[in-house]
Amino acid sequence: MFLFTMDTMRRVYLDHAAATPLDSRVKAVMEPYLTTEFGNAGGLYEEGRRASDALMNARQVVARALGTHPNEIIFTSGGTESDSLAIFGVAGFFGKTSNVARIRESFDVEEKKPHIITTTFEHHSVLNPCEQLEKEGFDVIYLNVGSDGIVDPQDIQNALCPETVLVSIMYANNEIGTIQPIAEIGKIIKEFIQKKAVAPPLGGPTAKWPVFHTDACQAAGYLDINVNNLGVDLMTINAAKIYGPKGVGVLYRRSGVPLKAQTIGGGQEMRMRGGTENIPCIVGFAKALEIAEASKEAEINRLTPLRDYFISELVRRISKTVLNGHPTKRLPNNINVSILDIEGEALVLYLDEKGISFSTGSACTSESLDPSHVILALGKPYEFAHSSMRFTLGRSTTKDDIDYVLSVLPQTVEWLRTVSPISIDINATSMSHPEAFAGQGMRAKAKSKNYK
Amino acid sequence: MDVINQHTGERWYYSDIVKDHFFHPQNLLLDRPKNEDEFDAHGMVGSPACGDMMEMWMKVCPVGQAAADKAIMARQEHEVRIVDLKWKTFGCASAIAATSMFSVMLTENRGMTLAEALRVRPQDVMMRLGGLPNRKIHCSVLADKAFQKTANDYFRKNGLYDKIIVDGARVIDPRLNITDKDIEEAVLEGAQTLEEVQKKLKVGIGSPELTTEIEQLIRFYKEKYYG
Repeated sequence: MFLFTMDTMRRVYLDHAAATPLDSRVKAVMEPYLTTEFGNAGGLYEEGRRASDALMNARQVVARALGTHPNEIIFTSGGTESDSLAIFGVAGFFGKTSNVARIRESFDVEEKKPHIITTTFEHHSVLNPCEQLEKEGFDVIYLNVGSDGIVDPQDIQNALCPETVLVSIMYANNEIGTIQPIAEIGKIIKEFIQKKAVAPPLGGPTAKWPVFHTDACQAAGYLDINVNNLGVDLMTINAAKIYGPKGVGVLYRRSGVPLKAQTIGGGQEMRMRGGTENIPCIVGFAKALEIAEASKEAEINRLTPLRDYFISELVRRISKTVLNGHPTKRLPNNINVSILDIEGEALVLYLDEKGISFSTGSACTSESLDPSHVILALGKPYEFAHSSMRFTLGRSTTKDDIDYVLSVLPQTVEWLRTVSPISIDINATSMSHPEAFAGQGMRAKAKSKNYK
Repeated sequence: MDVINQHTGERWYYSDIVKDHFFHPQNLLLDRPKNEDEFDAHGMVGSPACGDMMEMWMKVCPVGQAAADKAIMARQEHEVRIVDLKWKTFGCASAIAATSMFSVMLTENRGMTLAEALRVRPQDVMMRLGGLPNRKIHCSVLADKAFQKTANDYFRKNGLYDKIIVDGARVIDPRLNITDKDIEEAVLEGAQTLEEVQKKLKVGIGSPELTTEIEQLIRFYKEKYYG
């Protein structure tokens, strides 16, 4: 009998910062809760109790991984919801007229609005809520990051003021993987709170501000996520980035931190997030986090040299290739380079034909048609963002995979450079051909990094 | 970030025709022209929406003549047709495919006249491509804009000032049909003074009454882009 072999082209998946495959062990623990164990955790009867036990157990597992208590773990539908709950939740508490009046009274500050500190290169799930709060009357400071993609803790120190109610700084950047000094910032905020004039307690005896939030979605699985080591009050993580199911996230909330629920209903999740608990995904999340924590060190040791090999070979084999972000203070799985003079979407589609998946910060691939705000935040001209390519490694990535990419990438780049009319200087700090945009209402300055 | 159409679930974002032109672009200029008169006209345009850029080079010959008869160059009353339209594009798949298709449409069947070519609308390119995702339509709009600039360059070089298209712009020098857009472009190319702008455009030379307005525009654009 003949066996017809399908055209099984090799696939090298290098977009683990976007999505990871579900670990088979995670799938196994989820399965009963998709079928036989269907109970509502709110039920008093047998099925409900079993669901409730599973929920409690998952909460304990997550709490242990974060070095905290189960009642400080709020399950949500994912990273975006956790970020929204953190930002709108804190703002919702302090934004209440009476509370604002009390802040003003306590510091004797007239006409000051509540104040939020964040950075220009946060994920949109943090930036967009902040922009909305600005419209609603909050003051928001967007701190610049250094050209290496790392925020200077001193800048946070300088920006803190009595009205600061929230500081939200990501743990590791989702595009360039740079690791922010969260523990150091946590210390600065703690000291700031201690030094502040003793104020009448707000929202209960333990309420203190500013509240410190970090989005750790990309960090989980690679960095220390113990909330006490980090000194954070709120922390976002999600399962989809750590080989767990999509559609489930966590917001860690230090007990006593002022937070206003954004989804209200049946009072689930300590009244912080209404809605019947998604038991299969929550159980899966806990298992995924357990595995990620257990395999963390081995993965770091395996991926770091692979990452460094990939970066050095890219720069060596392809001219005019620039690494975005700090060379070592970055996630062990993140490679982000600008391959100048070519546009990201075109390269993504060419390499997809060769079986390679990765992503780009090019404007062409974003819904808004804006080039990556992260690359622009590094002070690079927009062509660098249009040309930025992100490769993120994962558990299945081997050196052989990297070598395959390195074997097809240079000639594809060479071809696309033949197609391209531009040839930008590798040290450029301004756009290459501003005259091409004449008469079209260009919003940019020709000789500066501001493009909006 | 993926290439699956969210609405139709198609595996590719783009039609097979787009895909074909993207992987096998037609009329691509491989090597930059070594001297300026290798082509009869040139234009470059960028899309402020997404930062794509496109450059075009055109060769023409008089209608009714073979391409070889270039010595009898078309002047004033002679209609010309396009024998060669080369391009380079910095942009996504649809930008590359749209420019490729546009260049095919203008040069197929012995080539369009400039008047015909200027009537090609972005929709026509879209139709030939078998459609484009909505938010990608600006990419094909760019091809016709690049051509308009190229045609204007041809008209200017050949003294056909009355044919210059001043669409959406204000004419500053009616004799040469130079608009505020042209002055903006000159400033963006680096001209900072009246003399430098005049070196590029000849605008207002022999018409001293225009000087004040031209200088005002130069100041305005300098402030806007470099201030």
